[in-house]
Amino acid sequence: MRHVFSVRIGPIGFRVGSDWRAPIDALGELYRYYPSPNLPDFTVRLEATHWWRRWLRPSIRIAGDYTLPEAAPLPLAQGLLAAEMAMNLQLALGGRRFLLLHASCVERDGRALLMTGESGAGKSTLATMLAARGWRFMSDEFALIEPETGLVHPFPRLISLKNAAIAAAIAARPDAKLGPLLAGTPKGDIRHMVPDALAVGAMDEPALPALLLYPRYGFATEVRGVLPSESFVRLTQASTNYVALGETGFGALTRLVRETPAHAVDYPDGAAAIEQVEALWRTL
Amino acid sequence: MRYRAPAPEALLTAGLDTLTAVFHRPSGITHLLASPAPEILALLAEEALDADDLLARLAARFDLADANREALVARLDELVAAGLVEPA
Repeated sequence: MRHVFSVRIGPIGFRVGSDWRAPIDALGELYRYYPSPNLPDFTVRLEATHWWRRWLRPSIRIAGDYTLPEAAPLPLAQGLLAAEMAMNLQLALGGRRFLLLHASCVERDGRALLMTGESGAGKSTLATMLAARGWRFMSDEFALIEPETGLVHPFPRLISLKNAAIAAAIAARPDAKLGPLLAGTPKGDIRHMVPDALAVGAMDEPALPALLLYPRYGFATEVRGVLPSESFVRLTQASTNYVALGETGFGALTRLVRETPAHAVDYPDGAAAIEQVEALWRTL
Repeated sequence: MRYRAPAPEALLTAGLDTLTAVFHRPSGITHLLASPAPEILALLAEEALDADDLLARLAARFDLADANREALVARLDELVAAGLVEPA
């Protein structure tokens, strides 16, 4: 590959190769204060769909150990999104050291709060808002559960904000460093936000899960306790590698749901959600 | 017809609440079971039994006094379909 970028995000090292310089420059700028990996865990490539497509209507195909055959190529202007999608995909499908849960995660006093839900539930936005209120941001996308210890490891990649969440997150952190607005992507408008210095500086410090929340945005305020068995079903569905891990995944997940209290939280707006989260945290 | 369940070492079991998570090692499939399925598996792992014997032992060991044969056979059919129990 002509252009190469390497970064370590928490315990995971990535190497990104690209036929173009622009996505590599953008990654270098946004990940400026992140360390480099000794050895990357995953390599991804941003390739031209045809050799002439490096110049003419440049079009990016994602390549690596794991690919989705149905993934449509992206225009070069969305190179940052392509890189981020490719990195996520390698970890989601190839990660074996950790049980991967599609969840956002923040920490306070050495204990972690995990939030999972469908796209649009507000995982990224809530994590960003909590980080603006003094919590340590750990991840907006993946909670990395270490099977041997039950600890959740940080994965503070760039925060991927979509559509209405962009303004909400900027309002919470007006001084945050941002990537370019990527309009009209397959996921709508996307903008990347760099996690704060606390999150990046503490990316090697895991935490013990203390609370599991299932937020749902756009409903009247309601909090409902969730039994371990319901958590187990929800989290097997929220995991990208539970089946691949076999017994190890079973052990890690049953431990997590048995030891961690869980609640489903419906909320009409961000302020209400923060209030509910803080109230639940105080009951621990 | 007699039924039997896998040996205990073929299963990883974790009680969650009223439901029990079971990992079936040979297939790598996870099951979520409600009572009396975990109790059925425990008894059938010890020895193969027919429905009548199984019903009697469930009542004796697990105090499942309200169990009836028809319901038990339906549970056994479900466990057979799930691959956790097989005809002996």
